[in-house]
Amino acid sequence: MFIRVAGMAGALAALVFAGPASAQGKPTDPQIAHIAYTAGQIDIEAAEQALKKSKNKEVIAFAQNMVSDHKAVNEKALALVKKLKVTPEDNDTSKSLSQQAAQKRAELGKLSGSAFDKAYVDNEVAYHKTVNGALENTLIPSATNPELKDLLSTGLKIFQGHEQHAEHVAAALK
Amino acid sequence: MRRAFAGPTFGALLLALAASSARAEVIEIKAEKLAFAPAQIAAHVGDTIVWVNADFVAHTATARNGAWDMMMPPNTKKELVLKSAGTVDYYCKFHPNMIGKITVTE
Repeated sequence: MFIRVAGMAGALAALVFAGPASAQGKPTDPQIAHIAYTAGQIDIEAAEQALKKSKNKEVIAFAQNMVSDHKAVNEKALALVKKLKVTPEDNDTSKSLSQQAAQKRAELGKLSGSAFDKAYVDNEVAYHKTVNGALENTLIPSATNPELKDLLSTGLKIFQGHEQHAEHVAAALK
Repeated sequence: MRRAFAGPTFGALLLALAASSARAEVIEIKAEKLAFAPAQIAAHVGDTIVWVNADFVAHTATARNGAWDMMMPPNTKKELVLKSAGTVDYYCKFHPNMIGKITVTE
């Protein structure tokens, strides 16, 4: 399990370190849009799994908020790329994120009760940490369109809130 | 003499009461880009706080002492009449990085 969490983090971490230092490692706006949208979609799917499996009030409330917030951000992102006439472009980071997420979902699918709750919430803490690091250090600095940069920056603040919320739920589960 | 003195004092008290109720204010706090602005408010008992959520995600204004818990869907307002004096720290349950403080005096 730890290795898989680390793997998921690895996909974004690679992006972070390859980031602004090398010109060829710097993602383009269409790639950034795709990565950000994919990262949001992954968290929506994780929350939908939690809503099916969990019976814990706080975990359910957290998961419901993940669905509504990430859907709201992704709707904004879709409206923006449409307005800017940008086509989000699939890339290795997005592919790797989706792969890791599918593995994680399968793994969490085998758990139930408080073991599921704990694993889901711990993964939410780790996942938001990684995504927020990638946004802060690579995606936002690399974005060239000011409106995209602005939406990513608002997204970062929302997701930093999620990270703290997840930490509170994790502490309450102990 | 005492009587004559009591008159104006009572009158002054009434005036003061009238002035204090007339003074009841409506104070707006905006929740925008994941921050409460202004984050710190000084208010009086009887004042009304109006939180305006200008973000596209839901927020709450949740008192840490459990006194109140306001749920604000995207682009909505919520009102609260301040009924007692004291300092209340509050936060958003969904985004605990959003924090505010209201100091209420008589």
